[in-house]
Amino acid sequence: MPTLLRTLVTAAAGAVAASVFWIAAAPTATQTAAYRAPRGADGHADLSGIWQALNEANYDIEPHVARPAMAVRPGPYGPVPAPPVLQLGAVGSVPPGMGVVEGGEIPYTPDALKKRNENRENWLTSDPEIKCYLPGVPRATYMPYPLQIFQSQKALFIAYEYAGAVRNIYMKDPGPPPVDAWMGQSVGRWEGDSLVVDVKGFTDQSWFDRSGNFHSDQLHVVERYTRVGRDVIDYEATIEDPKVFTRPWQMRMPLYRRVEPNAQLMDFKCVEFVEELMYGQWRKKPLDTKDTKGAKDTKD
Amino acid sequence: MPTSRLAFVPFVSFVTFVSLVSMAQVRRAPSTMPRTADGHPDFTGTYDAGTLTPVERAPGTPAIIPADEVKKLEKQAAARMTTGDAPIKGDRTAPPVGGDGSVGPAGNVGGYNTFWLDPGSHYTVINGQARASIVVDPPDGRVPAITPEARQRIAARTRTAAATSDTISRENDPGYEGGGAYDDPERRPLGERCLLGFGSTSGPPILPTYFYNNLHQIVQTKDSVMILTEMVHDARIVRMGGQHLPKTIRKWMGDSIGRWEGDTLVVDTTNFTDKTRFRGSTPDLHVVERFSRLDARTLLYRFTIEDPATWPRPWTGEYAWPATSDLIYEYACHEGNYALGNILRGARLKEAEDAAKKKP
Repeated sequence: MPTLLRTLVTAAAGAVAASVFWIAAAPTATQTAAYRAPRGADGHADLSGIWQALNEANYDIEPHVARPAMAVRPGPYGPVPAPPVLQLGAVGSVPPGMGVVEGGEIPYTPDALKKRNENRENWLTSDPEIKCYLPGVPRATYMPYPLQIFQSQKALFIAYEYAGAVRNIYMKDPGPPPVDAWMGQSVGRWEGDSLVVDVKGFTDQSWFDRSGNFHSDQLHVVERYTRVGRDVIDYEATIEDPKVFTRPWQMRMPLYRRVEPNAQLMDFKCVEFVEELMYGQWRKKPLDTKDTKGAKDTKD
Repeated sequence: MPTSRLAFVPFVSFVTFVSLVSMAQVRRAPSTMPRTADGHPDFTGTYDAGTLTPVERAPGTPAIIPADEVKKLEKQAAARMTTGDAPIKGDRTAPPVGGDGSVGPAGNVGGYNTFWLDPGSHYTVINGQARASIVVDPPDGRVPAITPEARQRIAARTRTAAATSDTISRENDPGYEGGGAYDDPERRPLGERCLLGFGSTSGPPILPTYFYNNLHQIVQTKDSVMILTEMVHDARIVRMGGQHLPKTIRKWMGDSIGRWEGDTLVVDTTNFTDKTRFRGSTPDLHVVERFSRLDARTLLYRFTIEDPATWPRPWTGEYAWPATSDLIYEYACHEGNYALGNILRGARLKEAEDAAKKKP
C-alpha cells in the first residue's frame, strides 16, 4: 500500500504541476498572480512590443467549420465559390476556427441577426476590409497583421500594420468624443496589472469580421490587456450595443509577441491596392476585366 | 479637421527662454527639460508644426525678419483669415471661371472658406529671431537648384508616372493638370489618393502643410520612437539602433533608425520608394533629422537632405515645433474619399461632352 500511496501522491503532484503549467500557459486574466510582468516606463506592467493574434477570428469570430469561400453561391450539391472569387481556389477558402466569442454565439436581436446574415451574403460588396477601410475596435486586434504598443512614461499608443490604423489611448479622459470615428475614442486606465481601455464614439461602418458580424454607432467596447507571460497578452473585449445585441458579450484571445529579432511593422497601405477595384472603371482606358491573365491553367 | 485653430500656442513668448545656438549639432537641453527614466530628453507629446515661415525665402532677402515687421506680417495673415472666414452670401452669383483670385471659396472652384484652414499664424522663432525661411543651409535660404540630370528625369517622369504629394514639384511640373493627369488614379497626387499627407507632412522631412492639420504626436520608448502625422494618420516608427533594412525593402516614409547624440535624437532615413519622391528626389534620398529642445515646451526640428542625383549639395532646414494641448482626431481620409472617384468621373464626363460637341 505505501507504494501505491506513493504512486498516487506522485501522480497527484504531477497533476498539480501539470495544472500549474496549464494555468501559466493558458492566458486568462484571472491568473495574473502567476506571472508578474516587468515594469514599463510608466511603472505599470510593460505591454510594449509587437503583438499579433494567432486565430481565425477575422474570418468569423463565432465558432465555424471551414467554408469553400467567403462569397459562395448555390451549387448542385451545396455552396460553391461565387464567380468573383472562384479563381482563388483553396487560397480563397475559409479556415475553420473555434471562435473567440465567450459562449460561442453573439446575442443578436432578431432584426440584427437578419442583418448579419444579409451582410454575410453580401460580403463581397459590404465588408469594409475589402475597401481597405479602417478596421475599428476590436477587429484591429485580430486582423492577420501585427500591432505595436508604445508605452511611455506619459502616453500609450497602438499602431496597427493593417491600413496604418492608429489609436492614441488617452490616459486622462478628454471627455465625451466630439465626433464619431472608425477607431473610436480610447480612454485607458490601469486595474492592477491590466490595462483597461474604454472605447466609444464609433461610426456604424466597421465590422467585427468577414462574416458580417456588425454593430451600430452605439457600440461601446471595454478592452482588457493583461500580460500573462513574457510573450503573451490575454486580450478581452466586452461588447455592448443595445441597438444590436440583447446583452453585453465578451470575446477573448491571446496575443502573442512577434519574437523574431527583426520583427517590425511594415507598410501595408492597402488604399493603393484597392484603387483598381474602387476607381478602375473611371480610368480613361479601363482595363479589360475579362482578362484572367495569371489565373490561367498552366496546361492550356 | 482643424482642431488646432482655436488654441495656438503663443510661442513667440518662448523666445526669452531660448539661449542655445541652433546650429549646434549636439545640444545640451536645459535642466528643466522632461527626461525619460534612461536619462534622455523626453519628446513625448503633441506638437503644432504650423508656421507662416515658408520653406524658402525670396532671393536676396535676409534670414531674419525684424520684430516689428513680424508683428505686421502676422497681423496681415490674421486679417486674411478673418476675411476668408466671412459668411458667403446665399444669393451671390457664381465666381468667374478659374476663380476671382481672392482668398476663400470664390478664389477658385472648390476653394475652401478659411474657416476650414489652419495654415499657421506665426513665424517660427529660433534663438529669439523670427525666421524668414525654414532652409538655413545654403545660407541664402533657398533649396539648391536641382541638377540638369534631375530636371530631365523629373520631366520625363511627369509625363508617365504618378504625381507625388509634394506641392513644389507639383508647381514645377507643367504637366500637372494636363498630359493625362486625370487618366488614372495613379496619376493623381498622393494626398488626393489618401496615401500620404499633402506636401511633405509625414516626411521625412516633415514640413508644415501651410493648409491644415499641422499636428504631430511623438511617443518615445526605449527602443522605438513613434511619430504620428495628423494628416492621413501616418505613423512612422523609428527603431533605436540597428541596421537599415535591405535595399529591397522600401517604405513610403523610408526606413528610420534613431540614435542619441547627447540630448539630440538623430534619425537617419533611407530606403524610400520611388513613389514618394520628395521634391523630385530619387529613392536614394537620405534624410537626417535632429530633434532637440528649445525649451520645455518647444522642439527644434532640423533636417538635412541628401540625394546627389537630385541636388549638387546637401541642404538643411529647421523650424520650431511648439507643444500643444490640442487633441488629434481621426483623419479617415480614404474612407470618405468621394473626391478621387468623382475627379476621374468628371474627366470622363468632360471627354464625353467634348466628343459629343465635335460631332456634326
